[in-house]
Amino acid sequence: MILKGKVWKFGDNIDTDAIIPARYLNTSDPHELAKHVMEDADREFPSKVGAGDMIVAGANFGCGSSREHAPIAIRAAGIQAVVAKSFARIFYRNAFNIGLPIFESEEAPGGIREGDEIEIDADGGAIRNITKGEEYAAKPIPPFMQELIAAGGLIEWTKKRITSP
Amino acid sequence: MTITEQILAVHAGREQVSPGELINAKVDIVLANDITAPIAIREFEKTGAADVFDRDRIAFIPDHFTPQKDIRAAEQCRMLRDFARDYNLGLYFEVGRMGVEHALLPEQGIVLPGDLVIGADSHTCTYGALGAFSTGVGSTDAAAAMATGECWFRVPESMKLIYYGKLNRWVGGKDLILHTIGAIGVDGALYRAMEFEGEAISSLPMAGRLTMCNMAIEAGAKNGIIVPDRVTEEYVKPRAKRRYAFYSSGEDATYVDVREYDCSKIPLTVSCPHLPSNTRPAEELSSVAIDQVVVGSCTNGRLEDIREAAEIIKGRKVHPDTRMIVIPATQQIYLDALKEGLAEIFIEAGAVFSTPTCGPCLGGHMGVLAKGERAVATTNRNFTGRMGHPESEVYLANPAVAAASAVKGRIAVPEEVL
Repeated sequence: MILKGKVWKFGDNIDTDAIIPARYLNTSDPHELAKHVMEDADREFPSKVGAGDMIVAGANFGCGSSREHAPIAIRAAGIQAVVAKSFARIFYRNAFNIGLPIFESEEAPGGIREGDEIEIDADGGAIRNITKGEEYAAKPIPPFMQELIAAGGLIEWTKKRITSP
Repeated sequence: MTITEQILAVHAGREQVSPGELINAKVDIVLANDITAPIAIREFEKTGAADVFDRDRIAFIPDHFTPQKDIRAAEQCRMLRDFARDYNLGLYFEVGRMGVEHALLPEQGIVLPGDLVIGADSHTCTYGALGAFSTGVGSTDAAAAMATGECWFRVPESMKLIYYGKLNRWVGGKDLILHTIGAIGVDGALYRAMEFEGEAISSLPMAGRLTMCNMAIEAGAKNGIIVPDRVTEEYVKPRAKRRYAFYSSGEDATYVDVREYDCSKIPLTVSCPHLPSNTRPAEELSSVAIDQVVVGSCTNGRLEDIREAAEIIKGRKVHPDTRMIVIPATQQIYLDALKEGLAEIFIEAGAVFSTPTCGPCLGGHMGVLAKGERAVATTNRNFTGRMGHPESEVYLANPAVAAASAVKGRIAVPEEVL
């Protein structure tokens, strides 16, 4: 699978309150949540972001709350994938469980600038910066996570286990 | 094996597990609240499961936007109530009987030593204070566990944090954990287990231990944990309604990092905006004027915390430019505080004394900050916009510092007031 899109850049420790502030959590409707995605990190973001865009961030992306509303809002806003130096663990689980592609890369956040066009080879683990003509390695996705992705997320994976234990 | 590895191994039906391994393990309790359960309910229904795995092992606690703050919040709470009725859940707590989840479940003896607990709330790591493995997950993980009684885990590496020496006056579990997060950073324990030990931990009451484990997530940890001892036994014995088990770390236990802290050098500590790791000694912040003080939450809303704040406030008044909101974390704590005369102390000082809710901690209701307002709170997070307007600020502190700050109208230490 090849993902290609324009990048929005964020720094380290982007917390889930920045991704989707708690004041909007009186609903879990993805489209409502998408209207406020990343609002407390960048007020204009919900109006700027377009379908197929990517987020590239620093270390510890998604720290804080367990709210699945965070990856749901990102996905519903049309963002294809998130690349970060590292992810907070609950966000990491949630993203795989709901099928939001995420990639950990040591070098990519340093090399990629806002507005760059990037291409991610989800199977090969390479991130290409088309704008700058650079390539960065992404950490391989653990086999169990690949199994979850192939099943279509945790619920589909669970469904199979319930019907054929 | 470490205590964390032993509990995971037992629940996975294995002799041994090692860090990095992926395992499927049985869970003892699954919990969710009024924000996370609605998604969990919808995902659970998609699994096609005919029933929940065990109706007495799923706790639904509407605590975040309750008492129902608006129509949408009420609709979310109704989903929990309907599901609890339909599936005859034994652990559904209606408003009036509920409490802030991580204060309520230990208090009621629902989570116990040796348990494996997952919760669709990041502060589920609190129960490590009882010697349980407990960790926050998302709604979909909770849904899958509600159907199967199992969850997947990557066995975490453990780090050991040793606290020796005597605590300074008014310094408690909150200061120890804030100081630690300040030292290692908000991702200093990412994916790891934080095992707290040492003489200061041995003499720390259960309330302080719960506060420490509660904030392990603020260092990125998967779980915080304390090997059970006499303090644990005294807390758990009168509450437990089922059997529990004490585990401890073996001689062969390995740690990726061991750190030691001399408690005599740990001051009253405050986390400044906008990260819990941005810590400073409280006494260096006396020029910071504040608009609101909150005492409560899953971090510091227990009876000991309310008592500590009351000791400072007693016979004094909340500063004219400041509002103070005190929220006992459970109905039991509320009742105990009433009986001890603590409610009266706060009300006479000019503070709000409220029914249990998570409300202000996450900027939900019951104390939301306006643009430019500043709060001192005994809660756990001070991210941008956490308690209200994106241009408001939160300073995290222990209950004594929060109460002293309420009296002074600026950040203050107890000695300035007493």
